[in-house]
Order: sequence, then structure tokens, then C-alpha cells
Amino acid sequence: MCGIVGLFLKDKALEPRLGAMLSEMLVLLTDRGPDSAGIAIYGATAGNEAKITIQSPRPERDFRGLDVDLAKAVGAPVSVAVKSTHAVIRTNSDKVDAAREALQSLRPDIRIMGAGEAVEIYKEVGLPEAVVERFDVRSMTGTHGIGHTRMATESAVTTMGAHPFSTGADQCLVHNGSLSNHNNVRRELVREGMTFETENDTEVAAAYLSNRMAHGKNLGEALEDTLSDLDGFFTFVVGTKTGFGVVRDPIACKPAVMAETDQYVAFGSEYRALANLPGIENAKVWEPEPATVYFWEH
Amino acid sequence: MNISNLAAAPAREVDFAKRVFDLAKKSLRELNQALHHLTPGSNETAWEVLNPKGSHSVAVGVDQPISVDVRGSVGYYCAGMNVGAAITVHGSAGPGVGENMMSGQIVVKGDASQYAGATGRGGLLVIEGNASSRCGISMKGIDIVVHGNIGHMSAFMAQSGNLVVLGDAGDALGDSIYEARLFVRGKVESLGADCIAKEMRPEHIELLQGLLDRAGVTGVKPSEFKRYGSARTLYNFNIDNADAY
Repeated sequence: MCGIVGLFLKDKALEPRLGAMLSEMLVLLTDRGPDSAGIAIYGATAGNEAKITIQSPRPERDFRGLDVDLAKAVGAPVSVAVKSTHAVIRTNSDKVDAAREALQSLRPDIRIMGAGEAVEIYKEVGLPEAVVERFDVRSMTGTHGIGHTRMATESAVTTMGAHPFSTGADQCLVHNGSLSNHNNVRRELVREGMTFETENDTEVAAAYLSNRMAHGKNLGEALEDTLSDLDGFFTFVVGTKTGFGVVRDPIACKPAVMAETDQYVAFGSEYRALANLPGIENAKVWEPEPATVYFWEH
Repeated sequence: MNISNLAAAPAREVDFAKRVFDLAKKSLRELNQALHHLTPGSNETAWEVLNPKGSHSVAVGVDQPISVDVRGSVGYYCAGMNVGAAITVHGSAGPGVGENMMSGQIVVKGDASQYAGATGRGGLLVIEGNASSRCGISMKGIDIVVHGNIGHMSAFMAQSGNLVVLGDAGDALGDSIYEARLFVRGKVESLGADCIAKEMRPEHIELLQGLLDRAGVTGVKPSEFKRYGSARTLYNFNIDNADAY
């Protein structure tokens, strides 16, 4: 099954409540996936500052002194804000690649969840309630976000197998479904030099999108390409720095409902996820068409 | 010695007022159990369900001729396996509304998600908005009337019954259809394997008028519809097709 949600705010007054609203939407879909949960929140950007969300199996050891070590390695100021097993590194945006490289040698067990100017990604094994509680997602402010609760079918239940998957700077993806040609696509992408952390099918979809965009396509075009190149069942919700998009495979077995008001655009695997949103009674509620790319941007 | 059995049976609570069931206060299981405990001749013939908020399986398996008004949108499988009840969803319905209905009537005031009325064996399902993909898949005698459009692969392997669509139909309508009748007023994106347009004969006009009347559709004439059904070429194995397998 799996449950996915997305929320894109049009009304700035709701931004302080983004984390709380998205958390509630995800928790309402708990029985669609008890294995792991994750959320990506797009918060305020600050000049030329970039954020890298990292995760460690041993946070006490890995995060201690990381700011000092990393600042020395990249030659620029670095801050590290720890949240349970995750931490958000802030540094100059031109130091992101250097920081990623330095992390590999400084803290080899650290995994990068995602990076960009706006996005923070938190995901762990456990129920949505436990995950949003652990990372205090409810208190987070932002413009838009996506979330996922997983019922694993294609690969192991691990932190790295949880969604969202990062697809590039400020881009990430959640997926409901299962891909049947992911091994082939992975092999092709590996030949093109892409690396993978897991055996997960969704990671392949994320890497596929990154790869299409590296070849000059925009996100909308890359999503269009999934319709011909990815085989299997999928409803994807993707987040970018300024917006979010939705696409369903042509068979469209995996459920999807959307709602739009003057204040927001919301996505849920089921209506349940949307039922408590403000003004839902008068929202435009519809089921996204199969094989159709939807996109909203600020 | 006379043997009598005059032990007083507990007097049945006579309650002609509508039973209002608030899912914000009581569980779905309590609702469905209360509905399943109804016996023939019960006076509790009118039910109202509040705050469904997308709950699954609302009013499934009702087997008494009662009315149930659901105030809001429901999730999966609402009113499935219905026998004889009149169930109205004052909102939209998730996947599988009225799945395997045997008899009675289900009205969805909003839209219905995929496989509405799947495998239904009887009764009438009316969707006043649009229905999504696979509407009436494997229908076996149910009548379905959709005021709006239906999605792709509708009436796939439909065996009997009638599917009436006032709007348009998506791709592959009636793929591998048996003997169900499909009436579409708008355009059909494409027909599935072995599904063909058929002549509207007087008996079909009469049948369709009856269905429109039962579904409360006015201002629409049966002559505005086209009929689709099985070409019956898939009924028997054809040796000339052997290469295709």
C-alpha cells in the first residue's frame, strides 16, 4: 500500500502551521504503511546559505564536533542543528559539494538525506506519529512539503529505504506503488555513473529523475518521461524548491485525491488525509487523471 | 401439567425517529454492527451517519430495506455487498463503492473513485458526479447510472447488467465484455477488445428510459445515447489466434 501526502501553501498565513498540517495528514494514513515514515519540508531560504540533512546510525558519536571539523575542511562557517538521528548542516551554498566530500572521510557512517537551499528531509523506521514526534515536525514552518508512510514490498525496512528520496538539490520524491523494471533501470543508471544506497525501487525512480534533469530536462519533462521508461505501479509526488508535482502511471491503480482552495493545494492517497484541512468542505476535490503531470509553483 | 412458555420477551424498543450515528463519537465497527443486527420488520428504518471523513467500509453488508444517509465523503468500499438498503452518500466515495451489491440502491451525490460497482450482481448504483477508472468492472447484473464521465477500463469483463453514462467514457471501454449493455451519451475515448457499437433498438430505448427514470434523470432522451456491447468473438478459442499467445 503506502500512504503519501503533499501540501503546497498559497496562503502565507498558514506557513507557521505547515509542519503540523502535514504531520496530521500523514498520521491519518498510518494504516496504509506501518514500516517507516518520512517527511520533506521546504522552509525559508537565507541568502546564499545551503542546508544538508544528514543521518547517522550513531548520532552521539558522529555529530559531536562535526561543525568544527567540517568548517575546517571546507574553509567556511558551518552550523549543525541536531534533531535525534538527523542533523541539518548549514553552510555557504558554494560549499555544499566540498562538505559532502568531506563528510565521507570525516564521518563515513553518515548518510545524506538531501540538500538544497530550502529542503529538510527526515525519515526513520517506525509509525508516522513516532517519526513526526522524534523530529518535532509539527513545529516546522514552511511553504510546502511532502510525506510518506511505507508498507515495504520491494526492499528492506531501513532508514535509507524510507521515503522521501532526494532527487537532486531541493528535489525529492515519494512513491506509492512498485516498479517492475527497476533493476534494469538501475543498471542503466549505474552505467551512467549514478550511485545507489539501497535495493529500493523508489530510489531508482528518484535517480532516474535526477538523471533526466542532468540531461537538460526540466522536472515536468522528466516526469513525463517516467510514463514511458518506468514500468509498474506508481503515484509519485515530487517536491522542488518552489513547488510540487504529481504523476500517476497510465493504469492508475494506486489511489490519489487532490484538493485545492485559495489557501492551499493538497494531495493524499485517500480523502481521509484531507478531511481535516481548513475549508475542505468547499474545496475543489478531484482525482488526478492517469498519465497526466500536475504541477504547482510559487 | 401444562407447560407454557410465557416468559416475557424483552420488549423491542420502538423508535421511529431517525437513528443518528456520529463517527466522531462512535467507532465504525459499532455502526456496522448496529446495522447488521437489524432484523426483518425493524422500526429503525432510517439512519444517518455523520462525520465519515473518508472512513473505509461505511455501511457495508447491510441486509435490510432501510435508508442510510451518509453526510460527507467516504473512503474504500462504502455500501459494499448491499442487500436491499437505500444508501446515499452526500459527498464523494473512495474506491469500490457498492462493490458486489446484490440489490437495493446506492446514490453518490459527488464523485466516485475507481471500480465503482465492481462485481455487482443487482440493484442500482447512481453516481451524480464522475466515476473514475474501472467503473462496473466485472459487473454481473447491477445497473449503474453515472451522470458525469467514467474513466478508463470501465466495464472490463462486464458480464450482465447495464451501465449508463451521461458524459464521456475513457480508454478501453468494455474490454473483453460478455453480455452487459453499455449506454454512453458522450464520446468514448476508445473501445476495448471485442467491444463494439450496437444498434439502439426499441427495446433498448425502453430499457434505457426505465433506467433513467429510476435514477431520477430528467431532460435526457434515450435516443441521445449510443449502445455498446460484445462482438462475441472472444467467446470461443479461435485457432487462427494461436500465434498471439
